[in-house]
Amino acid sequence: VRGWVLGLAAGALVTVLIGLLGSAGSTTSCSGPNGQPCASHVPPLGPDGEPVSDGFYFVHRPLAGDGSITVRVSSLTGQYPSDDTVTGPEPWAKAGIIIKDGSTPGSPYAAVMVTGGNGVRMQYDYTHDTAGLPGAVSAAAPRWLRLTRSGTTVTGAQSTDGSHWTDIATVTLPGLPSTVQAGLFTTSPDHTVTTQSFGGGSTTGGSTVATAVFDRTALAGAWPSGGWTGQDMNSGDGGNGTSPRFEQSGDRFTISGTGDIAPGLTGRGIPSKTIENGLAGAFAGLIAMVVIATTFLTAEYRRGLVRTTFAATPRRRRVLAAKTVVVGAVTFVTGLVAAAVSVPLVEHMETAKGFYVVPQSMWTEARVVVGTAALLAVASVLASAVGVVLRRSAAAVTTVIVAVVLPYVLATASVLPVGAAEWLLRITPDAAFAVQQSTPAYPQVTADYTPANGYYPLPPAAGFAVLCAYTVLALCVATVLLRRRDV
Amino acid sequence: VRRALHTEWTKLRTVPGTGWLLLGIVLVTVALGVAATTAAHCAEVGCDQDPARISLTGVALGQAVVAVLAVLAVSGEYSSGMIRTTLAATPRRLTVLAAKAGVVGGLVLAAGTVAVSISFVVGRFLLPGKGFTVAHGYRVLSLTDGPVLRAVSGSVLYLVLIALLCVGIATAVRDAATAVGIVLALLFLFPIVASVVANPDWYRHLRQLGPMTAGLTVQATVDVADQPVRPWAGLGVLAAWSASALLAGGLLLRTRDA
Repeated sequence: VRGWVLGLAAGALVTVLIGLLGSAGSTTSCSGPNGQPCASHVPPLGPDGEPVSDGFYFVHRPLAGDGSITVRVSSLTGQYPSDDTVTGPEPWAKAGIIIKDGSTPGSPYAAVMVTGGNGVRMQYDYTHDTAGLPGAVSAAAPRWLRLTRSGTTVTGAQSTDGSHWTDIATVTLPGLPSTVQAGLFTTSPDHTVTTQSFGGGSTTGGSTVATAVFDRTALAGAWPSGGWTGQDMNSGDGGNGTSPRFEQSGDRFTISGTGDIAPGLTGRGIPSKTIENGLAGAFAGLIAMVVIATTFLTAEYRRGLVRTTFAATPRRRRVLAAKTVVVGAVTFVTGLVAAAVSVPLVEHMETAKGFYVVPQSMWTEARVVVGTAALLAVASVLASAVGVVLRRSAAAVTTVIVAVVLPYVLATASVLPVGAAEWLLRITPDAAFAVQQSTPAYPQVTADYTPANGYYPLPPAAGFAVLCAYTVLALCVATVLLRRRDV
Repeated sequence: VRRALHTEWTKLRTVPGTGWLLLGIVLVTVALGVAATTAAHCAEVGCDQDPARISLTGVALGQAVVAVLAVLAVSGEYSSGMIRTTLAATPRRLTVLAAKAGVVGGLVLAAGTVAVSISFVVGRFLLPGKGFTVAHGYRVLSLTDGPVLRAVSGSVLYLVLIALLCVGIATAVRDAATAVGIVLALLFLFPIVASVVANPDWYRHLRQLGPMTAGLTVQATVDVADQPVRPWAGLGVLAAWSASALLAGGLLLRTRDA
């Protein structure tokens, strides 16, 4: 039938066009708070190619080979230059010891630290985070931290008294050179307050400064003689005269720092785009494909052709299977073409407009594109099955579109509170759109992880499984009904 | 015209499913409204939420059932071939379209009134227990309050206008699946595209243009000035969409063979 081919082509076309429309409607002025040019918005890249934050105050000296550093942290306090209603350190303010491959932003590192509200942690290479002892640090309850470097492996250990030690984790930093920079650091991420209102949340906040007191610093191993160097590692300014600094008296250090050593996130001061921004048109393509997939089945009912079909192939289950395979295959290929054209095209346009498009590994990009195509295919199969169950095309089309598209609209652009919106994206087939989320949510970074900001409550595979479960259920019902009832 | 109205009424009354769909409009609207009301929570002064809008959230789902009802009322005749009989009996085709729009609109007006009223009453009694109290700056929802009355009556009119939009589009494209697909795309795609554009002007314009985003501003009772359009003007945008759809449907109905 010619209409179906035209419809599919139209579906693919609107998918691409709406993606382009989304990017055409986006402009950036590249005049950030300090009027920087666009280039200064680009964050450094970490060892795995992902954007990272790498700002902290570093008191360091070289370590030429194997060795260890031990320190006691007895205090971590925070200041909020932009907001005097909050007290105490930022929950993810960090103070501790770090071994780092030089001072280039984004270079590999391993660190153990105390945090403002999340206990002792061992983190390395920005995205990895292991929890240690819980509880806040104070003079009455200090924390001893130790990093031991041996070749390219680094072991982090913790203690409450300096004599009983437990290991937190041992990590490998591939390619760590023989001479590294090691020492003490303090940093404190931006403080964010999210207020929920009609169109989603609005975030306010500002930079914070943390100050930590270290003592009983002890070194062992291949430390060349020399002193400690204090260095502000591209942290920006804490503002209001609380700029990063350090004081030393004997083995006692007081270090103030601001910034964060963590995965970089979109929307934090950078006018950035993610690759899934180019796939907003997938919803339009989905609607077109659902219409076609439903019509593919229900048209036979309307015209009575289904009687001929079933007379020709009395095994009805086989007819259903054949039809769903055809629907699935055709929509998958169409969706794949549309998504594979959309993503690079929109990415190119947005880069040309001065947006920073968050770089992704080939694997993630492929997962987003293929996942979108698979999502369209499975949703089309769902539409076919619902079409068989209801035998009415209008009702079937509405059911599927309402189940797959409306939850997204309600969750991202309505009055629903975040909790309800997240549940909606867990239990409806809409959960499958999680395959489009390219940037994972990191528990060690405070951010507005809401559906309106493109964060889905389920991981990609689980979200996709929800849609598949609905589809399998609909296919089972369709099979049973086909066998039971007259045509 | 009265005869045409009566004909359409008889047809729609006797087609199986109409009753179920009308019941469906009420059920899904109330169900989503209750769900949203239960999930809502206002912990302190200035929690920046709109209680009227929360209790009327179900309209977003109810409109989908309205779309099915309205599209089937038109497309059903095309798929069964009944349309030829209809047009033979009433040769003035625009009268047929007007009668159909009138009967569908009337039924949706009735079902919508019931659905919206129940949603409103549920919100009226549940929301104070959810922290929407005088202490937090919210009065109990009341129809004597101008904006609340506007939200409630506007929501009913919204459903009626959606029904007319569907009648127009279904008359123009004839096939039920395509018609309902186009309607739902018109409703849902505007807010989705608006959410990905980064330019605030485009964002506002897209929400001013979209039949759903503009039409539902009539539900706003808090911070009305922050909405993309004034409430009644938003409903006017939807009315313009419906009128254009009916006009296109009418023109095509007049010029082409059935």
